Amino acid sequence: MLIIKNLHAEVEDKKILKGIDLTVNAGEIHAIMGPNGSGKSSLASVLAGRESYQVTEGEVLFEGKNLLEMEPETRAREGLFLAFQYPIEIPGVSNINFLKTAIGEIRTYKGLPPMDAKEFLRLTREKQKLVEFDAQLVNRSLNEGFSGGEKKRNEIFQLAMLQPSLSILDETDSGLDIDALRIVAQGVNKLRSDKNAFIIITHYQRLLEYIIPDFVHVLYNGRIVKSGTKELALELEEKGYDWLKEESREQEATTI
Amino acid sequence: MANENEILDNIANKEYEFGFVTDIEMDILPAGLNEDTIRYISEKKKEPAWLLEWRLKGFQAFRKQKLPEWQNFTLPSIDFQKISYYAAPRSKKKYNSLDEVDPELLATFEKLGIPLSEQKALAGVAVDAVFDSISVATTYKEKLKELGIIFCSFGEAVQEHPEIVQKYVGSVVPHSDNIFAALNAAVFSDGSFVYIPKGVRCPMELSTYFRINTENTGQFERTLIIADEGSYVSYLEGCTAPMRDENQLHAAVVELIALGNAEIKYSTVQNWYPGDKDGKGGIYNFVTKRGICKGANAKISWTQVETGSAITWKYPSVILQGDNSTGEFYSVAVTRNKQIADTGTKMHHIGRNTRSRIISKGISAGQGQNSYRGLVQIGAKADEARNFTQCDSLLIGDQCGAHTFPYIESKNNTATVEHEATTSKIGEDQIFYLNQRGIDSEKAIALIINGYAREVLNQLPMEFAVEAQKLLSITLEGSVG
Repeated sequence: MLIIKNLHAEVEDKKILKGIDLTVNAGEIHAIMGPNGSGKSSLASVLAGRESYQVTEGEVLFEGKNLLEMEPETRAREGLFLAFQYPIEIPGVSNINFLKTAIGEIRTYKGLPPMDAKEFLRLTREKQKLVEFDAQLVNRSLNEGFSGGEKKRNEIFQLAMLQPSLSILDETDSGLDIDALRIVAQGVNKLRSDKNAFIIITHYQRLLEYIIPDFVHVLYNGRIVKSGTKELALELEEKGYDWLKEESREQEATTI
Repeated sequence: MANENEILDNIANKEYEFGFVTDIEMDILPAGLNEDTIRYISEKKKEPAWLLEWRLKGFQAFRKQKLPEWQNFTLPSIDFQKISYYAAPRSKKKYNSLDEVDPELLATFEKLGIPLSEQKALAGVAVDAVFDSISVATTYKEKLKELGIIFCSFGEAVQEHPEIVQKYVGSVVPHSDNIFAALNAAVFSDGSFVYIPKGVRCPMELSTYFRINTENTGQFERTLIIADEGSYVSYLEGCTAPMRDENQLHAAVVELIALGNAEIKYSTVQNWYPGDKDGKGGIYNFVTKRGICKGANAKISWTQVETGSAITWKYPSVILQGDNSTGEFYSVAVTRNKQIADTGTKMHHIGRNTRSRIISKGISAGQGQNSYRGLVQIGAKADEARNFTQCDSLLIGDQCGAHTFPYIESKNNTATVEHEATTSKIGEDQIFYLNQRGIDSEKAIALIINGYAREVLNQLPMEFAVEAQKLLSITLEGSVG
């Protein structure tokens, strides 16, 4: 589904990603962990196509297509979804109107007829229940006046509505209390299938108690320095990131 | 990919959609302004002597007045002698039905998307169309007649209901009010007239569509709406004009009179030609609009969506004379390229327990300049008067401007006056967020703008809200490269 090869990127001439290699197949859940400033959120931004990031080297294939050549909206229409770390407020635009527009655009792109109002309403009800999203929030202005937790849960609701093939959750767990965390995780577990994939970016192991990843990668200083299974996450929880930093420095020293 | 500024440049370069010219025979008065011009117009319209006299008084006042200097823009010099003050489609007789109207003329209205046909009538809209200076057709008049509602052109009202016209014309906007109102009093050509009898709730939206067609003609229409005790009317005006290199002056006057317990809702969708991207051409939209809540519990509500004109300069106001009366002003004004809008409202609280609400949303793009100017005046007898003002500005790009000039004068310490103001920019973050959900930048901007203007658009009658929403999107549309 997603193949990242030797990806380098910078923001304002500062090198952020220094050669990422990662392959994600349908049905898989990958967790990306790492200390602050290691480049986790930058990777999400680069994949989604945020303008301030310049890719300087490498390639990314999404369903066999060159992802890096696509506009951000095209990436979304192709099935790439980013659950934002800090969801944006758009006053006066109702959640529902926004989702209707988004679904309309995606369907047009795929050559599908517009979804009729009845079907849209049915889908909204179904998904809103599935991810336990407050029906009242569905009709409110997009994220306006939402609490931090409500915003994060709205991201998962949108994910459920748009049904992307690849979802990137950028620190969705940050700022969530334990109940909200559980609801978000349950949502993801209900939505996962053998046809879609998830990349879960997180600082802590906590979320991974609820969403069991197939692979865990540790990002440090713009590179994936270690990959493993869910046990790696537990090891990190126990030992912290310092031993990896040491290891990474030694590696760097030997390559020079 | 296209960055924000490229998108905005495209928006700025988007062409005016309604810039076509209709080719029909016109009766045009040569340019120039003197007493003879006024006598000619009055005679052409077979007006009674009192009206000619009133026009001449207006002309005297006009000659004494100077162009204002307090505005927040440079007023281009206007040569009032170079304007033709009368233009009318050449016709053999009055129209008895739509079938007799020049097909070119009807086609123009079709192009504008406001067919005068039965379809529109079925939609419940009675349309009085003003083409340059003459009102061409008034639909649905018969049905309204049954309820005693008078809805006709101003000229017709002068002929058929002179006593009402004489009683109210100039009673809210005097002939000497300001230089443009004085000019209008002198040379007004036509306009709309509405009278709603006591206790009648007008069952449909009344609508006028103005269009300036002929080169070098100014349009000076005059609208007079009277809602008698306990009545209700919702009135909508829409405006467009073809593209011309020359500037055209539009100096209209609207007077609203709401008697006790009456309510008037007046909505405007203004899309006059704004001029090209370098600021060449376009309409000078200098309009005086004022309403009076004469009786207790009366209500007047102005809603305006202003997207066109090179310069928009107007302050739809309410005189709150009756106790417990209410005045409202809801406005969205968009300026882009080199457009200028200096608009707002005045709320004069005279009666006790009077209330006013002002919601103003300015949107500036390109090099557009947008000013909100408002006056809330609380008189000595206006006990417990209340005002709430919210004044928001949205900036798109880094070359436009937003300005706010709120004035408050209170002579009564039991009054409550609230003022809130915000200025924001459409953020790249907002656009990117919508992009990431599959929405392209152009649609994203339209969505954000419509969300921003929601509170005002909600005030418009349903059908026109949709139209206004489209207009806002089109106005700020451009292809993303």
